[in-house]
Amino acid sequence: MIKQYLFAALFTLTSLAHAELTIEITQGIASSIPISVVPLQLDASITQDMAEDISAIVRTDLERSGHFNSLNPDDMLSHPASAEDMYFRDWRLLKQEYVMIGRVKQNAANTYQVHYQLFDVFNERELLSQTLTGTATQLRDVSHRMSDAIYEQLTGIRGAFSSKIAYVTTNPQRTKFNLSIADGDGARERVVLTSKYSIFSPSWSPDGKKLAYVLLEDGGSRVYIQDLASGKKTLISKFKGLNSAPSFSPDGKRLALVLSKDGNPEIYVVDLETRHWLRVTNHYAIDTEPNWMPDGQHIVFTSGRAGNPQIYRVSLETGYIERLTFEGTYNARARLAQDGRFLVLVHQAKKGDPFHIASLDLTRRLLQTLTSDTKLDESPSVSPNGVMVMYAAKYNKRSILAAVSVDGDVKFLVPSKHGDVREPAWGPYLN
Amino acid sequence: MQTTQWNKLITASFLTLAITGCASGGGTTDEAATTETAVEESQTQAVPDSPEVGVQTDVQTDTNNPLLEQKIVYFGYDRAEIRPEFKDILNAHAQFLVANPQARVVLEGHCDERGTVEYNLALGERRANTVKRYLIVQGANPSQLESVSFGEERPAMVGSSDSVWSKNRRTEIKYQAQ
Repeated sequence: MIKQYLFAALFTLTSLAHAELTIEITQGIASSIPISVVPLQLDASITQDMAEDISAIVRTDLERSGHFNSLNPDDMLSHPASAEDMYFRDWRLLKQEYVMIGRVKQNAANTYQVHYQLFDVFNERELLSQTLTGTATQLRDVSHRMSDAIYEQLTGIRGAFSSKIAYVTTNPQRTKFNLSIADGDGARERVVLTSKYSIFSPSWSPDGKKLAYVLLEDGGSRVYIQDLASGKKTLISKFKGLNSAPSFSPDGKRLALVLSKDGNPEIYVVDLETRHWLRVTNHYAIDTEPNWMPDGQHIVFTSGRAGNPQIYRVSLETGYIERLTFEGTYNARARLAQDGRFLVLVHQAKKGDPFHIASLDLTRRLLQTLTSDTKLDESPSVSPNGVMVMYAAKYNKRSILAAVSVDGDVKFLVPSKHGDVREPAWGPYLN
Repeated sequence: MQTTQWNKLITASFLTLAITGCASGGGTTDEAATTETAVEESQTQAVPDSPEVGVQTDVQTDTNNPLLEQKIVYFGYDRAEIRPEFKDILNAHAQFLVANPQARVVLEGHCDERGTVEYNLALGERRANTVKRYLIVQGANPSQLESVSFGEERPAMVGSSDSVWSKNRRTEIKYQAQ
């Protein structure tokens, strides 16, 4: 079912000077849906050049999901902009199942209005019609919103193209670290923190307005929360020993993290308003990498209590601990996907084997290794719709980001143009 | 001195009890009375209070121990136990710390790049702490020792081979400027 193919040309995002990341799709689905995203018709009201090519962004978004195969605009027989110009026979000839058309006009005050329609070629009917408005700087947001709506209409799964990613870049000498946020396609990168210290474990607040992270200073690790709009960073934890692995609760009011002030690493939960600390685990082995279940009552974490790292789940109410992984010598850094039905984690089958990303179906207790092309895979982070996993890996001796679908069918690489990139964190829905 | 006296006392008491035990096996009233007397006598042989013994350990000034030049100990994969070949080095540092109570040391635990960032941060702390505990057992004062983990963030060598990894799984003993 799966066909391997390589896009010879990278979708290099040259339109943005600061964009460091590119997308390189390495594996899609053979049964991907043929779709034509027709270039938008520009209204006479548009006086200056459009800063963004909206249809190109939509096309790239849909391709990146692995579920769609888009037709090159040069291969289209016509570029219709309204329903009257749609000749369904032409699109059938081109074996297209869906067609998106639209037009842009410029309102006063430098705002743009995009109207688009999505058609079902076989049934010759309109599936979706939307009008979006935004300023010149919001045109990428408008484009991603269009991708979200089209994706949801055709797959039944909410689109996550509007969500942001956070990641850490570093120079090869590892003397300078940047924490950045960008669109899911790598565009519009913005550095939110620069440090001479290692930055890791970025964790989004559920509203997407804050990032918690670890700074490994000379005196040890510290946990901070940074407000993205103001850039203000607040020290959360600076106890003796480790202060690490922050994870926001689903309601954003509490933070799970790791402290070793008692002598060895334990999971704690701090109420961000009252600063009341609750110790969750109590074991002489390493307990780390907490991640909240959607119910806000359970936390999954990594523990070395069985002799090697495995995933466990603890109830905050009762303290009851259950082991979740049994297959493999190293299972760590679990992240929940699809309302807690799946775990995505770092997996090593047996000692000496490579580290890969695996998914664990929690109801059927079935472990599936998802990656194979990359090495030393780590830091998996799941898209808010639970479909894709972004992770960090070694590829051609550099640290890059890569992504794989939770079912393992879709893969793409997100290399940076220079330096190493690691510690991806997929942000929440913003709309 | 005090200890030796106590030992003598304890030995004497046990001997007395053993002898009397045998004697009482005879079961006559007279002998039993004798036994009581013997016990009383042994009780009177308590050790008189002795004043605190002043102990002064000569300061070890031998800082030329070549083992002190070695300030890194290495670990096995996903392990934090001290390997036997590094005990001599750690013993030398412990002796130095005992001899120089003003000396302060930071123990930096590190990992190779395999595994997750956070698990390695915890593992690095364990590597620093096992060295710390070893030095304390060997006589160093806990207040002389600080441990900190840098996980996989500050590798000694860059690369992805077994030999590079083995150099990165380490605890560095860093003496602090006074």
